[in-house]
Amino acid sequence: MMPALLRWLEERTGIPGAVRRVFGEDIPASAGWAQVIGSVVLFLFFIQVFTGVLLAFNYAPTPGEAYHSLNYIMREVAGGRMVRGLHHWGSSLMIGAVVLHMIQVFLYGAYRKPREATWMVGVTLFLITLGFGLTGYLLPWDNRAYWGTVVTTQIAGQAPLAGGYIRKLLGATDGVGAVTFAHFYALHTTLLPILAFLLVALHVSLVKRHGVAPAPFDDRPKRKFFPEQVFKDACAIFAVFAVLFFLAAVAGAPLERLADPTDTTHIPRPEWYFLFLFETLKFLRGTAERIGSVLLPTLAVGLLFAVPFLDRSRLRPVSERMFAIATVALSLIAGVSLTVAAVVTAPRSAGPDPEALSSATSAIVSGARIFAANGCGNCHSINGVGGTLAPSLNGVSQRHSREWIAQHLRDPKSQTPGTIMPPFNFSAQDRDLLIAYLSSLPSR
Amino acid sequence: MKNSVPTSRRGFLGAAISGLVAAIGAGLGIVALPYLLIPAKRAGQEGWTDAGDLPDLEPETPVDLKFLRRRIDGWDASTVKASAWVVRQPGGGITAFSPACTHLGCAYRWSRTRNEFQCPCHGSRFAIDGRVLGGPAPRPLDRYEVKIAGNRLWLGLVEPSEALRL
Repeated sequence: MMPALLRWLEERTGIPGAVRRVFGEDIPASAGWAQVIGSVVLFLFFIQVFTGVLLAFNYAPTPGEAYHSLNYIMREVAGGRMVRGLHHWGSSLMIGAVVLHMIQVFLYGAYRKPREATWMVGVTLFLITLGFGLTGYLLPWDNRAYWGTVVTTQIAGQAPLAGGYIRKLLGATDGVGAVTFAHFYALHTTLLPILAFLLVALHVSLVKRHGVAPAPFDDRPKRKFFPEQVFKDACAIFAVFAVLFFLAAVAGAPLERLADPTDTTHIPRPEWYFLFLFETLKFLRGTAERIGSVLLPTLAVGLLFAVPFLDRSRLRPVSERMFAIATVALSLIAGVSLTVAAVVTAPRSAGPDPEALSSATSAIVSGARIFAANGCGNCHSINGVGGTLAPSLNGVSQRHSREWIAQHLRDPKSQTPGTIMPPFNFSAQDRDLLIAYLSSLPSR
Repeated sequence: MKNSVPTSRRGFLGAAISGLVAAIGAGLGIVALPYLLIPAKRAGQEGWTDAGDLPDLEPETPVDLKFLRRRIDGWDASTVKASAWVVRQPGGGITAFSPACTHLGCAYRWSRTRNEFQCPCHGSRFAIDGRVLGGPAPRPLDRYEVKIAGNRLWLGLVEPSEALRL
């Protein structure tokens, strides 16, 4: 039965044979765990495509609505919190895996003739990955997304000559708005994915054409891709998937309150992989700042592309490639210390006004924390700040009794038929703290 | 195909690879299938809506009443236009019919000359009390819940005129 079916498929499509050829491919005897990273990157790329398509089923790509639809995905769609978590953490893991992959190829000198084109396509894919991170950052349209992108577009505006033009092109001359959003959305969901698919196909076909690069002086007989290397790939991919699943389930993805261009308390922070650049900009002024934000990165990218042509050293074992090892080590030390410095010197996230705090009792402060931790402000507003989906909470304690509020938290529909508010099962203590906070609010 | 890996080890690794791939597939499936297949929890409509002053109704002359109601559609909570055919029945009671034909949802209208509701799509016909007079409609017209407070007409949810047979 099966052999007959396979033969039928083979004669008509050639697919079974193609699969067999992939698994039967020759790989160098030196290939091992170091060579699994490329497969991990490819896997993460497919995870991002998969979860991105899922998000698109319930996502409204316009400012404002984007935020509400994401809120809906995370609170009301089954598995929505996980889908967003996977997409959010998948992007971080993807950047990490891409960088590790580049470091491995760089250390091994695998970009040498005849693999220069493979390397250069790879560097382009690295830039596309960063482009995905940059454009995707705006799409939740919360405060974090808004202010992060304001800073990004301002940096782009510092580019010599073209800066002003770029900002006009992005629609980001006066903050960021609908035009910037649409541009970023189009880049993130149409142009960049198409480019990525084409270049990934090219990259993989080049790897197949030239074969996996052997370690220098490896003249042992070649092995087959299946089963040992496939097994190593599968183990690594599974481990990364387990970490990703754990992060999505336990850490979740942040959704701050709706983007507020008038908010002066928000402290914009880029994603961790841009923090080193963010920190560099603190030390530079005037012309030096332009150098740091635009010229240095451009130069670095140029150098990356040129690596195969700059490396004229003779073939050496990996452990003797001292220049490559030193370059990676120094870059890592610089990158890690700048990132750590950015994290350590970060101001505490903006909390309530300290003066208001000093006059408040600790119960009210604890209640405010519970309010923030449960995302009440995503739908409700207080003093004009917060969501618009639900009524303002100013004066709620004049409108309703404590018992009414307590029952409303436990089972909203019992007090307000047809309400969209989900039930919250607070402990009695948390509930009392929250009500203390709500009762402390001015009525208007 | 000649290869140096012993058959037993080959079989073991093959099975292990299949297991790992299946585990990843299960992890993705357990997230994606509910996401795509379970309808979201939020209810489609809110309860009672104030549809305005009770219109001056002549007995047995249906009025196409337009009003605003709050509608929740996924993440979008907005006020939308809605309509109802409001009738003062011979007995004096007020009924408000949903404006959708019970056949396939087209908007029907009242024919003054023939004293019946007529659907322009497939020719269903209904009496003033909602009964089917002819055409393919499977059940009488659906009605809003109706409540009268002072001179205000309140409309609730649309209740199917008969349990839907699936």
